[in-house]
Amino acid sequence: MYTTELQKVSALDNSLSADPPELVAAFEARVAADAFIEPKDWMPQAYRRTLVRQISQHAHSEIVGTLPEGNWITRAPSLRRKAVLLAKVQDECGHGLYLYCAAETLGTSREQMIEALHSGKAKYSTIFNYPTLTWADMGAIGWLVDGAAIMNQVPLQRTSYGPYARAMVRICKEESFHQRQGYEIMMTLANGSAAQKRMAQDALNRWWWPSIMMFGPPDDNSPNSAQSMRWRIKRESNDDLRQRFIDVTVPQALALGLTLPDPELKWNEARDHYDYGPIDWEEFYAVVRGEGQVAKERMSARVKAWEDGAWVREAAAAHAVKKAKRNAA
Amino acid sequence: MSDKATNEASLKGDWALWEVFIRTRGGLSHRHVGSVHAPDAELALKHARDTYTRRMEGVSIWVAASTSISASDPAHADAFFEPAADKVYRHPTFYNIPKNIKHI
Ligand SMILES: [Fe+2]
Ligand SMILES: [Fe+2]
Repeated sequence: MYTTELQKVSALDNSLSADPPELVAAFEARVAADAFIEPKDWMPQAYRRTLVRQISQHAHSEIVGTLPEGNWITRAPSLRRKAVLLAKVQDECGHGLYLYCAAETLGTSREQMIEALHSGKAKYSTIFNYPTLTWADMGAIGWLVDGAAIMNQVPLQRTSYGPYARAMVRICKEESFHQRQGYEIMMTLANGSAAQKRMAQDALNRWWWPSIMMFGPPDDNSPNSAQSMRWRIKRESNDDLRQRFIDVTVPQALALGLTLPDPELKWNEARDHYDYGPIDWEEFYAVVRGEGQVAKERMSARVKAWEDGAWVREAAAAHAVKKAKRNAA
Repeated sequence: MSDKATNEASLKGDWALWEVFIRTRGGLSHRHVGSVHAPDAELALKHARDTYTRRMEGVSIWVAASTSISASDPAHADAFFEPAADKVYRHPTFYNIPKNIKHI
């Protein structure tokens, strides 16, 4: 997911801290009582570090996530679809900005975060390193990728760090149209010509497993989760969220008349959940390592956009300084 | 205020940070919604509009340079707000009025 810990922190790194134990105890009591932590409040160093990593990674994911969709704006099949896709991409940019600002309240700077992304030091969600091959991918992404994002982000509205929680409230309000417009694209294609239906099925086949992986590694292989749960940064486990996503999404796929690319997917009456087949975590970790199909393309597009915009930023800053001087005179 | 923020922003590095306050409807006060970076107040207002009012969430925006905001210290919140704690007579429920007395 956008917020899965992709950079592993050693337990040593988290325990090595000069934090006074009485302050840590007071902090943990506040968090356990569901109090929100605000920027000027005292917090353990590892809490701050974890949040900076998670929030900036989340922000990077929003920004990089505009690339696979931006790819289709000029080729949207109608003016309506184009206006909708443009609005969605603008929203995702906004999400990135809310989150960068939230991270900055913890003492990092926008410049540092952008540098970390562009140099490859910071991670972003693996999902965006898959290519968007056909128009149906815009449907599958809105429906599945934004759907998975919503599933993950809803509990984060109650995450313990105030600025992050407030950014999530704003983001969640905006996400629901993203998922619905995606599903609407899928409905149109699934009810269209045979070729359109094939296109919808193909997109579902390619995006299903990567979407399931967005929730991150299984709980028993997610070493930092326990700490994050205790500090209420994370409020629900990877596997619980994944199961909930599968349970709500499978009926939506069936309603489209499409099939899911998992032969082991089956309703389990006793568990009251869908059972699903094994996930290929090797693929996931390969994508995390930067071996995604279009990882290089994504980063070079991102860096190019940043560099191409440099003259605009410089001109705006120069203009502001000139105006300030004139006003002072 | 805006000129001060602008002068502090160098041509290199991040633009100055501005806190954004939005009045969502006539009759309501402006409320803090987040922040934006901008080289001056004029652009800060435009960035705030694009970032925080894409769905007509506002009829008016204030931006204030973040460096101009002074805040109380959360570590001393108890002592700071303590003077209000023992003045229960500031609340209407402190006064016992018989039930038969109406409209009071
Ligand atoms: Fe988003
Ligand atoms: Fe979205």
